Amino acid sequence: MSDQWLFIAFILPLALFMAGMPIGMSRMLGPRKSNPMKDAAYECGVETVGDTWVQFKVQYYIFALVFVVFDVEAVFLFPWAVAYDRLQLFAVLEGVLFIAILAAGLVYAWRKGNLEWV
Amino acid sequence: MIADPFATIGTLLREFLVGLGLQAAQANALVNFLGAGALATAVLLLTFFLIWVERKVLARLQDRLGPNRVGPFGLLQTIADAVKLLTKEVIVPVGADKLIYYIAPPLTVMSVVGLWAVIPLAPNLVGTDINVGVIYLISIGAIGTLAIMLAGWSSNNKYALLGAFRSVAMLISYEVPMVLALLVPTMLAGSMGTVAIVEGQREMWFVVLAPLAAFLFFTSSMAEAGKAPFDLLEAESEIVAGYNIEYSSMAFGMFFVGEFLHGFTLAALTVTLFFGGWLGPGVDQYAWLGLFYFGLKTAIVYFVVIWIRGTLPRLRIDQVNAVNWKFLVPLALAVVVLTAVVDKLAAGQGWDRTWALLLANGLVFLCVLTGVQLYARSVRRRIEIGARSTSAIGAP
Repeated sequence: MSDQWLFIAFILPLALFMAGMPIGMSRMLGPRKSNPMKDAAYECGVETVGDTWVQFKVQYYIFALVFVVFDVEAVFLFPWAVAYDRLQLFAVLEGVLFIAILAAGLVYAWRKGNLEWV
Repeated sequence: MIADPFATIGTLLREFLVGLGLQAAQANALVNFLGAGALATAVLLLTFFLIWVERKVLARLQDRLGPNRVGPFGLLQTIADAVKLLTKEVIVPVGADKLIYYIAPPLTVMSVVGLWAVIPLAPNLVGTDINVGVIYLISIGAIGTLAIMLAGWSSNNKYALLGAFRSVAMLISYEVPMVLALLVPTMLAGSMGTVAIVEGQREMWFVVLAPLAAFLFFTSSMAEAGKAPFDLLEAESEIVAGYNIEYSSMAFGMFFVGEFLHGFTLAALTVTLFFGGWLGPGVDQYAWLGLFYFGLKTAIVYFVVIWIRGTLPRLRIDQVNAVNWKFLVPLALAVVVLTAVVDKLAAGQGWDRTWALLLANGLVFLCVLTGVQLYARSVRRRIEIGARSTSAIGAP
């Protein structure tokens, strides 16, 4: 079991390292002449006004919320999908009922107007 | 050896290492390490070629020549670009969150290279055959979204932050139909392991059993990879560049390595899950043929990806999200229910599985087509009424 994950434990840090290396090389090979104008935030020549890390629109939060509902519920469906071959028609219909509840949630969000981009 | 070189090489390498006096576990770890290194290197080197292919094909689609100066057919253009990027200054804007600023580009690449760990390239040639392969695909793919958010947030730039917000809103939205579409091959193969999914397609490719699921997966993967028409991630004309605006030099380059590689990876994933992976005639006698079939199928799907990119214009952000939540997600839910019920009914009633599923998919496709047509007609009528009233006011 843990043997199978060994490969992943190796490839992820290796990929991170291999992608980080060129950036490090770039820092070594490239020039390093900084000045205040160059380091300023780039906004097409206009000076930036105020703080960047402002409060963001609640719209994004609602999208994230709908996403979390769906993604978590979909993950619950995976065990059902794996066991599908061994399930009776009744158990399959129970899964369908679960999806119907999900769909009802989607209809609710839709009717509430949460899916409109304003 | 000739029939199945990959398995033979693996066994020989293990035996050689054990012969050197290593413990079996140590030898296994070392083989895994070498394999991971080889796969990551191969995939990243492939990117050089992929960027050339994408530019060249895109150029031909747009009636241009594409890169043709550096090396034969411009093959070395990407290497020249890489050298140029390497010798540029890495600029960190004032007030940036330095650690996060530097970690974001490698994370993008990592999320894509990590996907290759579970893609079966040929019989006995797969990084690792974990039993939760599909969930692994989803979770590692989501790291790419995280990297974009980190990049946009850490740059201390309003355009970057705006770009990151809308990219993330789009990326997480499109993850829902992707996850739901992934349920279908899991259901048909009865396993979440990618190798088992490929083996499960021996009788019939899943694209035949579930064409709508294949379409859903392909479309939402295109959005995940940020390919046109879903390339809002780098909408130059609207938010200058999006999340990568403050990046320069190789830090910028790494975002693009990740993006180009993601295009190819999505083709490889579509082939693995729906087009039979390495399956093909004669693959049981000669395992190396599997690599050829896999490469051929992936190349064809990758060409379609570039083709779509070269053909369709970019969607607006509200359109992108509307298409997802009001079209793809309901369709994905319907497809999952349909496949589950029809396949079970077919098994119970003794119908032919392929025809039953094909017919059901066709029916849903017709329903969807009619629905979209009716909707388009109502929108057109609304626009016509609007146009008439304004012209009445403005008439001389």
